[in-house]
Amino acid sequence: MDDAQTIPDDQWRPDRHQKSQRDEKDQSGCAICGLLNEDGSLVDGGLIIRAIANMHDRSNGLGGGFAAYGIYPQWKSWYAFHLMFDHDAARRQTESYLETVFQVAHQEAIPTAHLEVIRQRPILVRYFLLPKEELRARHYDLTDDDIVMMNVMHINKTIDGAFVFSSGRNMGCFKGVGYPEDIGRFYRLDEYQAHLWTAHGRFPTNTTGWWGGAHPFGILDWAVVHNGEVSSYGKNRSYLANFGYQCTMHTDTEVIGYLFDLLVRKHHLPIEMACQAVAPPLWSRIEQMPPAERQLLQTLRIIYGGALLNGPFSIVVSHAGGLIGLNDRIKLRPMVAARRGASLYVASEEAALRLMCPSPDLIWRPAGGVPVIGRLQSQPQEVSVA
Amino acid sequence: MRKWLVEPDFILTRDPDRCINCQVCVRQCANDVHVHDEEADLVQSDSEKCVGCHRCAALCPTQAISIEKASLEFRPNGNWTADRIRAVYKQAEGGGILLSGMGNDQTLPVLWDHMVLNASQVTNPSIDPLREPMELVTYLGRKPDRLELNRDANGKVSLATELAPQLRLETPIMFSAMSYGSISYNASFSLARAAQAAGTFANTGEGGLHKDFRPYAKNLIVQVASGRFGVDPDYLNVAAAVEIKIGQGAKPGIGGHLPAEKVDAQVSATRMIPERTDALSPAPHHDIYSIEDLRQLIYGIKEATQYTKPVCVKISAVHNVAAIASGAVRAGADIVAIDGFRGGTGAAPTVIRDNVGIPIELALAAVDARLRDEGIRHQASIVAAGSFRSSADVIKAIALGADAVYIGTAALVAMGCHLCQKCYTGKCNWGIATQDPMLTKRLNADVATRRLSNLLRGWSLEIKEMLGGMGINAIESLRGNREHLRGIALSDRDLNILGIKAAGE
Amino acid sequence: MKRIYAREDLCLGCRLCEIHCLVAHSKSRRIISAMTREKGQITPRCKVEESGQVTFALQCRHCEHARCLEACMTGAITRDPATGVVLHNADKCVGCWMCLMSCPVGAIQRGREGHVASKCDLCQGEAAPVCVANCPNEALLFEDREERKK
Ligand code: SF4
Ligand code: SF4
Ligand code: SF4
Ligand code: SF4
Repeated sequence: MDDAQTIPDDQWRPDRHQKSQRDEKDQSGCAICGLLNEDGSLVDGGLIIRAIANMHDRSNGLGGGFAAYGIYPQWKSWYAFHLMFDHDAARRQTESYLETVFQVAHQEAIPTAHLEVIRQRPILVRYFLLPKEELRARHYDLTDDDIVMMNVMHINKTIDGAFVFSSGRNMGCFKGVGYPEDIGRFYRLDEYQAHLWTAHGRFPTNTTGWWGGAHPFGILDWAVVHNGEVSSYGKNRSYLANFGYQCTMHTDTEVIGYLFDLLVRKHHLPIEMACQAVAPPLWSRIEQMPPAERQLLQTLRIIYGGALLNGPFSIVVSHAGGLIGLNDRIKLRPMVAARRGASLYVASEEAALRLMCPSPDLIWRPAGGVPVIGRLQSQPQEVSVA
Repeated sequence: MRKWLVEPDFILTRDPDRCINCQVCVRQCANDVHVHDEEADLVQSDSEKCVGCHRCAALCPTQAISIEKASLEFRPNGNWTADRIRAVYKQAEGGGILLSGMGNDQTLPVLWDHMVLNASQVTNPSIDPLREPMELVTYLGRKPDRLELNRDANGKVSLATELAPQLRLETPIMFSAMSYGSISYNASFSLARAAQAAGTFANTGEGGLHKDFRPYAKNLIVQVASGRFGVDPDYLNVAAAVEIKIGQGAKPGIGGHLPAEKVDAQVSATRMIPERTDALSPAPHHDIYSIEDLRQLIYGIKEATQYTKPVCVKISAVHNVAAIASGAVRAGADIVAIDGFRGGTGAAPTVIRDNVGIPIELALAAVDARLRDEGIRHQASIVAAGSFRSSADVIKAIALGADAVYIGTAALVAMGCHLCQKCYTGKCNWGIATQDPMLTKRLNADVATRRLSNLLRGWSLEIKEMLGGMGINAIESLRGNREHLRGIALSDRDLNILGIKAAGE
Repeated sequence: MKRIYAREDLCLGCRLCEIHCLVAHSKSRRIISAMTREKGQITPRCKVEESGQVTFALQCRHCEHARCLEACMTGAITRDPATGVVLHNADKCVGCWMCLMSCPVGAIQRGREGHVASKCDLCQGEAAPVCVANCPNEALLFEDREERKK
């Protein structure tokens, strides 16, 4: 592990003292992009870094991050926890906790490059975990996913200075304070091979550069990069509380991840319908639909009123099965999409899109509330990790 | 004996330069304040009887009348205020319980006035409701946890969930329970028609359903109260929803009393009670002495209506309102209506009206939080009641967690009520809280319907503007969204219960 | 044609219609002057009838077959060919009261303005008759019911 990371934090980690100043809700403008090879073919992180760097002016150096899928084939059935620690004590406390509830197959420092511009780095470690048998027995009514989520929330809420920022299988989030292209180089993402990448450059207006506040927001294999503001945050948060989700991450992006987790993983809604729950058609449009469809959407909207995401947003939600690009209902934030062969691309700006995909078969501007959905058709290629 | 210790509340003066001696005031005051002295050919007034309803002044064609608070000052005393002294005089005179109409009029802090709303700046564009759709549609009723789908062999999905009956509101404002009997035919009729025109609901109160109002039943919630006036299977089945009234904010813990004078032939037929008898509803439902009894009544009503109507339980906001509301939801209530201590009434003992119950702001926040903690908030709807004076109060209630609100007093004011608080006398000069045919005809139902519709429209437009300002285009995104509220000059404890931050945080 | 219709179920008997009618037909057309200085010299063309709890305001019906018009020997009563309004010209009136006697609804009165008859002219020149405009309970309607029937 990097020695510098063990220096007593107080001298250079102002954030620790400002936790109380973190707003529950984050307001930021941003750049987002994503690419998916539906055939499972792998690509290294270089391309997505260049794409997000192309939108440099959309972020202000206070946050950048990436999500990558298919990167841990040798640990693919284990939950990959990425943790950031403010100090060694937090690390020790967390590790002893992890050991009580999880089998730890492997743990290591997350490899990083020495980059001048990336300052105030927390301690970054990853763990490959599965719930212990006794825990499964105790929570016989819960799935492994449920147990993992519960523990992520527990660590984030109760262990001061520890933060789980990625917890899915065969995927990982990489994020921090800095411009996204620097964060990408810091995490040496060109050394990872993934079939699905998303990226985010952040322009926060109200947080004191906290590493955990950068995007993507990751829970289980969901990762969300988000440009915009969730004006319905308070509502979504209180709605999610009914289902046991605790918002602990001081970012409105969190509710987006939990909502998709609730709708798709727990309630088994098809992705399209989950998108219609978070960005439903207007009542006046529902009225005009043919009876069966009308009844379905009416019922969906009545039941999931608390899941409606309001406010201006464009998001890319990625998961083991693929990628979703979505705008708010009246498209108050930019997003363009393109396809070429088995690859799907989305980005805030067309220039970044064309950088990833210079000669698209199709390029379009999705309407507000109309999702762009990419599905992984075959299993990703197996290659060994760098 | 002359009631010489009972002092006038108001002093009425007539500007001799303006008065044209037309006697309009004489003909308008049902309290016989104004008299025309034939010999002197002068209109004179006996201020002692004036209740301050402004009827005469509103109709005086020359604005000759002014009405002031009687300035008969006692020696200043912060403890023994004039109101308290006068109440003792009155009670010493009559020996009874002092009655009042309308809601609590004490100067306790109104927490709505200590909460402010958010608006978008830079990071989030506001939405202009004149240019963009803005949705206020609200569904009240029981919601399942999740949507169930059928998937056929090709993976095509279709709806499997059969949704419990819902009320669809075009705007989250309903008219609260006001019974025919306590208010006039025209007032009831106007409420029903305005509700229908606006796509919302009016509540019949415990007075039964007049046969003339049946065409509006699709927009009526009928009440089953402890007196069971007017309740039969037909009454339950024609309505849009049924409300079990456990309590009322103006008088938690006590029943109702419609004086015999108000029970004319029509009221008697509608209530199914003999003419000119007092209509007394008992304090409790004598078949509900516990929560499991409530469950039986809820399911009794559901059975009687073949599970086609949402059942609402209305409770007054009392100290342990959160637990009671949670019990009601678990007992099967699809909607819980909570009536705060400022809620109005046709008649209540003043001492109860002014001293029993808690503010709706705190009750609502507590109920919303409690149901959420128990993971059942999304299952039932909450309707808040108890004095919403403006669209701002309404939108703040929604942000605190209400699905919709009931307005009573505001609706009466829209029809002309001047809050004179004398509803229990049956002499409402505005033709609202009376059955006297000379007075009831003062309320033109067409005019009142129009005024009520205008009020709903105006408030709805204002709500849309405020929502747009917050960058929200569907009301469900504000519901329980306390992020959009901040408190001013509230204690930490209050903020805590309200679940909001202080302004500046 | 548009006529005034009374709704006795809504009339309060407040007599504001009478007062405003009087003012509209006064010289000053100011309410306080009309009701004080000019008092006794102007006739309200609109009259509130009262019997027990029933009250309503009555004015000329502007009948299709106007008996007053047929009865008037001086030609003081005429019908405006354009609007159909039955008008009374005080200058030609000799105060024989034939119109008054022949009116089936009693809408014509002996005027206080002189020895002449007085009747409603539907407030010629106003947007709507002042009694209608000033009724606090919309108990007077000014509408074309023939048109509506069509
Ligand atoms: S009671 Fe009402 S109408 Fe009568 S004098 Fe007083 S204000 Fe006027
Ligand atoms: S209504 Fe006004 S003008 Fe007429 S008598 Fe009364 S005070 Fe005088
Ligand atoms: S309803 Fe009538 S009696 Fe009651 S407060 Fe209003 S104006 Fe007064
Ligand atoms: S003004 Fe209207 S309510 Fe008053 S007497 Fe005339 S018609 Fe009747």
